[in-house]
Amino acid sequence: MAKFGMVIDTTKCVGCMDCVVACKTENNVPEGYNRAWIVEDVMGKFPEVSMEIRSERCNQCEEAPCVEVCPTGASHYSDIGDIVLIDHDECIGCKACIAACPYDARFIHPDGYADKCDFCYHRTSKGENPACADVCPTHSIHFGDLDDPDSEVSKLLKSRKYHVRIPEAGTKPKIFYLT
Amino acid sequence: MNSISRRKFLKISGATIGAAMFSGSIGSFVKGANKISKKKVKGIQTIPTYCAMCFWRCGAIAHVKDGKLWKITGNPEDPLSKGRLCPRGTGGVGAHYDPDRLRSPLIRKNVRGEEQWVEVTWNEALDYTAKRMLEIKQKYGPESMAMFHHGIGATFLEHMMKAYGAINFGAPSFAQCKGPRDVAFNLTYGETVGGPERTDIENAKCIVLIGSHLGENMHNTQVQEFSKAVANDASIIVVDPRYSVAASKAKYYLPIKPGTDIALLLAWMNVIVNEKLYDEDYVKKYGFGFKQFAASITSYTPEWAYPETGIEPDIIRKTAREMARYKPATLVHPGRHSTWYGDDTQRSRALALLNALLGSWGRKGGLFQPTWLDIPAYPYPDYPKSSKKKLDNPDEKYPFAIEEITTGVREATITGKPYPIKGWFVYGTNLPYSLPQPDKTIEAIKNLDFLVVVDTIGSEIAGWADVVLPESVYLERYDELNNPSFKVPYVALRQPVVDPPGDQKPNYWIAKKLGTRLGLDKYFPWKNIEEYLDYRLKKVGLSLDEMKEKGVVVAPKRPIYYEDGVKPYFDTPSGKIEFYSLQLEQKGFDPVPKYTKPDEPPAGYFRLLYGRAPVHTFSRTQTNRILDDMMDTNKIWINKDVADHYGIRNGSYIKLKNQDGVISNKVKAFVTERIRPDCVYMVHGFGHRSKMLTGTYMKGADDSRLITQIKTDPIMGGTGMRVNFVTFDLEA
Amino acid sequence: MHELSITRQNPLIDPTLHIWSWQIPVYLFIGGLVAGMMIISGYFLLKGRTKEAKCACYQLPILGIIILSLGMLALFLDLEHKLYFWRLYTTFQVTSPMSWGAWILLLVYPALIMNLLLRVPDFLLKRFPKLGDISKRLNAHPATIRSVATVNIALGLMLGAYTGVLLSTLTGRPLWNSSILGFLFLASGLSSAAAFVHMIAKDAHEREILTKADNGFLTLELVIVAFFFIGLLTSSASHKAAAALLLTGPFAAVFWVFVIGFGMVIPLFIQLLAVRHKIKHTVIAPLMVLVGGILLRFVFVYAGQYSHWLIHAGLFK
Repeated sequence: MAKFGMVIDTTKCVGCMDCVVACKTENNVPEGYNRAWIVEDVMGKFPEVSMEIRSERCNQCEEAPCVEVCPTGASHYSDIGDIVLIDHDECIGCKACIAACPYDARFIHPDGYADKCDFCYHRTSKGENPACADVCPTHSIHFGDLDDPDSEVSKLLKSRKYHVRIPEAGTKPKIFYLT
Repeated sequence: MNSISRRKFLKISGATIGAAMFSGSIGSFVKGANKISKKKVKGIQTIPTYCAMCFWRCGAIAHVKDGKLWKITGNPEDPLSKGRLCPRGTGGVGAHYDPDRLRSPLIRKNVRGEEQWVEVTWNEALDYTAKRMLEIKQKYGPESMAMFHHGIGATFLEHMMKAYGAINFGAPSFAQCKGPRDVAFNLTYGETVGGPERTDIENAKCIVLIGSHLGENMHNTQVQEFSKAVANDASIIVVDPRYSVAASKAKYYLPIKPGTDIALLLAWMNVIVNEKLYDEDYVKKYGFGFKQFAASITSYTPEWAYPETGIEPDIIRKTAREMARYKPATLVHPGRHSTWYGDDTQRSRALALLNALLGSWGRKGGLFQPTWLDIPAYPYPDYPKSSKKKLDNPDEKYPFAIEEITTGVREATITGKPYPIKGWFVYGTNLPYSLPQPDKTIEAIKNLDFLVVVDTIGSEIAGWADVVLPESVYLERYDELNNPSFKVPYVALRQPVVDPPGDQKPNYWIAKKLGTRLGLDKYFPWKNIEEYLDYRLKKVGLSLDEMKEKGVVVAPKRPIYYEDGVKPYFDTPSGKIEFYSLQLEQKGFDPVPKYTKPDEPPAGYFRLLYGRAPVHTFSRTQTNRILDDMMDTNKIWINKDVADHYGIRNGSYIKLKNQDGVISNKVKAFVTERIRPDCVYMVHGFGHRSKMLTGTYMKGADDSRLITQIKTDPIMGGTGMRVNFVTFDLEA
Repeated sequence: MHELSITRQNPLIDPTLHIWSWQIPVYLFIGGLVAGMMIISGYFLLKGRTKEAKCACYQLPILGIIILSLGMLALFLDLEHKLYFWRLYTTFQVTSPMSWGAWILLLVYPALIMNLLLRVPDFLLKRFPKLGDISKRLNAHPATIRSVATVNIALGLMLGAYTGVLLSTLTGRPLWNSSILGFLFLASGLSSAAAFVHMIAKDAHEREILTKADNGFLTLELVIVAFFFIGLLTSSASHKAAAALLLTGPFAAVFWVFVIGFGMVIPLFIQLLAVRHKIKHTVIAPLMVLVGGILLRFVFVYAGQYSHWLIHAGLFK
C-alpha cells in the first residue's frame, strides 16, 4: 500500500501563504479557520539572524495519537496512502484528538466535528496532488509515495538534509522539511 | 439587464451590512437586481481569464461548480504564472464574495466624506455624472476634469475622458512608486524597466536585492524565478535595514542604514572599477562617458562608505567581487517602488550603472530585452486638441518626468493654478492611501465641484465621492486585452466567469454609457465589448471565440538576449549607455550620482519604513474575507532591544506619533530581532477608516497618515515617503 | 533569541489550547468520586456491614446513580457533535481509553442498580413495592451479594483509573505524559469518596473507618504526586516546563494552596488528630478534601491544555 508523505523545501519557501489560501478554497475551509499555516522560526541577534520558514499542517503521522485516542473510530487511517482521515458522521466532538495532537493540527469545524488537513484525499486518492502542492509558486511542496523509492519525495529524502516537527513526541510524522 | 429602481435613504454603516452577510466559507450573495444569470451548468466548468488582484495580470483559470465560483488556479499556458497563482490570485474567490462590495450606484447625501448615500439606478447615476461633467466642461473647460487611475480596467474610462477633452491624468504608480526607477533607467539606457520587469531572475547566478523584499513583495513570476535561483545556488546579496524573507535566503545580508543606499552603490562601483572587475568589452562597446564617470567615483571607497552605511569595508569589497564574479549573469534588481528619500532617481541611476558595469543589460541572467505581441489599437477618431497645457508639472519643474505627476495634479487642485481643477474622476486607486499627506488630498477634494469614483468596495476615496459607481470584479467582466512586454510575446483575455452578485457593471460599459451622455458616441463605435475584442484579436489572426477557450495564446518566441542576436540599441542622446549624463548636467543635476546624507531622526524617534505582504495588495484587499483570514492586521516591527527599553511587549497594542504630532490608531507591536534599532516597519494598506469596509475597519495602522513629510525628487517629481520619523505613544 | 511567528488563529486552539472548560474537570471529579463510592460500597458489602442498620452504604448506590448522571450530563454538554454521541456505542476502540470509559460507564449503571436493589431506599419502595421482592431474593444468597460487591469494586477501580489513563494517552500535552495519572486520579477519587461518605455517615464507627481510610488515601495521593513530579522533572525540557506550570508558574498558587494544602495536607493533619481523638470529627476536613479534589481536576485540565511540546521555544512568554 502506498504511504503518502510530503517533502517541503524550506530554503525555497517564502511563506507567502498560497498553500493556506488554496487549501481554503479547495476544501471550503470556513472563515476563521485554517488547515494549514506558516511558521517563521527565527534565531539569533540582529543582524546575525537566521530564519526558517515552514508551511505546516497535519503531519499524517504513522503512529497518530489522534487515531489511537478516538473513541468512535472516526479518526482512522485511509485505505489509500495510509493518511489520517476523519469520518464526520462518526465524530462526536469529544476533542480528545485535538488534545492528543502535539502539532495543533486539528480544530472543531463549525458543524461540530473535528477537522484538519486530509492531504486533499478527494484528489490524492485519485492520483492527483493536494491543492497546496499544486499551487505553491516556488514549487516548495512535494507530495508522493514514501514507499516508492523512485518517487520525487523518496529521492529528495535521500539527497537532502531534513528534519521533522517534534520527533521526540514519537508520532512518526510524514512531513519532512528540507533545510 | 434590468435593475430594480429603488430610492432609499441608506446609511451604509458597519451595523447595517456587516455580520449577517458572510457565513461559512461561501458567503451569501449580496441582494441586488434581477440578473440574467449564466446558464446554471451542473458540474465543474473551467473558464480562463486573467487576474486583477494586483497589477501583474497572471493568466488564471476559474473553476465554477454548479454555477458557483469554487476556486481559481493558474493557467499553465500563461508565461507569467506558469500555472500557479500567488496567494492573492488564489484568494480572488474572496473578491467575488466580499460582503463589503459596493452593491449599487450611490449619490452623496449631505456633506462630502460622511459616507451618507442614496442608492440610485445606473441611469440616475450616469445622468447625474454626465450633467456635472458637462457643467465643468462648459464653465471651466474639460481640462479642469482630471482623472486618477490605476489598472488596465481604466483603459476605456481613460479613453472616454480623453474623448471628453481631459488632458490631466495621473497614476500613482509613477510619482509614488516606480517613477524614479523608470526615469533613471531611461536616462541611462534609453528604456524603462517596464512592468512586468525585464529581470531574468531565473538565469541569474548572482542576484543583488537592494531595498527589494521579493518574497514579501509578491510579483508572482519574480518570486517563482527567485526560488528557482535559490534552488540553483545563486549567490544572493540582500541589502535591507530589515531582515526580510529574501535576506533569510541570502549569502550576504547587509543591514544598511536607511537612506544611505547611494553610498553603498557608489562604493561597489568604486571597487569594481578600481579592481577592473567590470565587463570591459561591454563598457567599451556600449558605454558613453565612462572615463568621466570613473573619475567622479574615485573618492567613494568602501572606507568612505562604511561610516555612512554601517557596512564594513571588507564586506563591501567581498560583495562587489562576488557580483563581478558572475557577470554578466549578475542581476542588480532595479526594484519597483523606488520613491524613498527624495534622491531616488539618482539612486536608481547608480543601480542602473552598476548593472552596466557588470554588463547585465540585455544579457542572459541580467536584464533581458522584452518582446511583445503587437496588437493594433482600435481605430478611434482623434481626441480633441486642447489649447491648455497639462498642469501636473508646470513649467517642467521636474524636467525628466516621463509620466504625469499625481501629486502635481493634486497641488493644482488645491491652488487653482495655473488653472482650476474642478472635477476628479477616480478609477481603482484609493487616493487617501496611495498618495502621501492624506490631509492634502482631502483639502484638494474640498475644492472640487465634483468627485466621481469607480470602485469595487467602499474605499476611503469612495467615501469622499459625490457619485460612486460600483464596478464588477474581474471575475465578472471582460476587459482590455493583456499583451504585455515580457520574455515571450503573448495575449491574454479577461472574460466573465460568474455573474456579479449585485448591480455592479464593468468599466467599459460605464465608459460607453457615460460616453453617450457626454455626446461622445463616435468614440464608441463598437456595439459591445465582444465586438471590440474580436476586432482587435482578428488583427493578429486570433478570434474572441478562440481566446475564450484558451485564455492565453503565446506567439512564437523571439530572441531576448544580445547573446541570441538582439541588436543593442540605446535611445539616449549619445546612442549609448550613459555613464555620464550630459542631459542631466545641462539641467543642473549631477551627471553621475552623488551621495547626500539622510536626515537623522530626532532623539527617541525611529524612521518609519513600510512595505508589502504577499497576501494583500495595497489597501484594496483587506475586505476580501479569505485574504483577511490570512492577515487581518499589520503590525509595527520594533527591534527587540528598543522594545525592551520602552517596555513594549510582543503583541501589545501601541500607537505611533510622528514628527508632526500625528498619531496613528492602535497597532500591535511585533518585537523582533529582524530589524535595525533605528527604524520601524509596517505593511502598507491597513488602518482603514471607511465605515463601509466593515471587515477591516480600524484594524492595524495606516502608514499614509503618518507620511506627512515628503521629499520630492527634483529630477522627476517623485514623492520620497520614507522620510518620516515616529515615536511610541504607549497610552494606547 | 528564539522567535516563533505562527499565522494560525484557530478557535479553541490559539493562542493556547482551550478545548475543555468546566464540564471536563467536573466530570473527572464526579467519575472519581462515584468510583470511590462504588469501591467503598463494595468493600462494606464484602465486610458484611450491610447488616448494620445505619450503614451509609445504603445511600451510596442511589447517590452514585444521581451524581454520575450529573457527570455524564456535563460530559454530554461538552460534546461538539452531540447528535452523534451514540456512535460511542456502535464500536469498541481498544486503544482509546475514552472508548473503554464509554463502555465502563455503561456497565456502571447496572452495577449500581444491582447494588441499589440489595437495599432499596424507602422512597423507591413506596412507589415500586415489587422492588422489595427482588431485593429479598438477591439478599437470600451470600454469593450474589459477593458478586455485586466484586463487580462494583472492579468497575469502580476501572472508572477511577481510566480518566487518568485517558489524559496520559493525549500525547500532545506534556503535563499529562505520565502513566501515574491513572493512579493519582484513582487515589484522589477514593479520597474524595471516603470524605464524602464520612460526611453522610450516621454511624460513629463508620466515620472512624472512613477517616482512617481517607488518611491512607491522602498519604498515598501525596506520594503519587511526588512521583508524578519526579517523573516530569527528569524528563525532557517540555516536561520540565510543564511541571513548572504547577510548581512555580501561573498555576502554582492554586496548586500549592488549594490542591496540596487545602486538599491534602491540612485535612490529613486534621483527620490524624481526629482519629487520635484529639479533636472531634467534623465536616471541615472532608469538605476540604472534596474542594481540593475538584480543584485538582481543574488545575490538571487547564494547565494540561496550556502545556505544549514547544513551550521551551518561548512560545508563551
